Amino acid sequence: MKVGVVTFPGSLDDVDAQRAVRIGGNEAVALWHADADLKGVDAVVLPGGFSYGDYLRCGAISRFAPVMTEVVRAAGAGLPVLGICNGFQILCESHLLPGALIRNDHRKFVCRDQKLRIENNRTPWTSSYEQGAEITVVLKNGEGGFVADAETLARIEGEGQVVARYLEVNPNGSLNDIAGITNARGNVVGLMPHPEHAVEELTGSGTDGLGFFTSFAAATFA
Amino acid sequence: MPKPEILDPQGKAVLGALPRLGFSGVSEVRQGKRFELEVAGEVTPAVLAEVEKMAETLLSNPVIENYVVSVEA
Repeated sequence: MKVGVVTFPGSLDDVDAQRAVRIGGNEAVALWHADADLKGVDAVVLPGGFSYGDYLRCGAISRFAPVMTEVVRAAGAGLPVLGICNGFQILCESHLLPGALIRNDHRKFVCRDQKLRIENNRTPWTSSYEQGAEITVVLKNGEGGFVADAETLARIEGEGQVVARYLEVNPNGSLNDIAGITNARGNVVGLMPHPEHAVEELTGSGTDGLGFFTSFAAATFA
Repeated sequence: MPKPEILDPQGKAVLGALPRLGFSGVSEVRQGKRFELEVAGEVTPAVLAEVEKMAETLLSNPVIENYVVSVEA
């Protein structure tokens, strides 16, 4: 399976994401923000970082990058898309996911090993996990507070669109402890914590994040 | 401006700083953004409609923010 990883000006975790894709047993394909070309990939990862310097709002300018026109079109046709951290912010700004991410309620950047519960293992990015699995991956964000209006929040809770929830500590003021969500169709997932930093014992808090990079191949070939 | 129901941590920080500087009586601070756009020629209804579109698609995120467009000569 070919998984494209988009590099925007200011992306930080694109190389880690490519590495995680390869460790997950897939081929990583570098995609460039200025090219309206997905190079025939089977899935796309929007990595973390500070694309366009977080100017205006996090993800607001990246949304209009040429590659995003293709990502939005392909996502509408069912292509699996995973947005991590800044990638999650871009997916919300692109309206591929409901809600928005705002500054952490405590106003400080947070960097910690974060415990999560997988609430929905029916997406192409989470099918390797048991429903309700508890995992620990790195979280690092300044603007990770997930918000949505009451009606939207009720809908995503009711439709099972919450993919992951913070356990023990709510690190950024996200409503309902939401760490990640999916769209109605279930192919687009946004996640504030960083599973790509938890794929090797040597450099991470463990390998709990690997499932995000092995899931969709398993789902596709199932 | 952030919508009334959306938490505004920056406004809260400003609110917290005011009493430390000796200012009292402020019960709430909310922080927004202001963009000044210069356009060539007259601001016709068509131009204004275009600016409204800019405000809605790029300058603000309608999920969390409200916006107002006003014209100054």
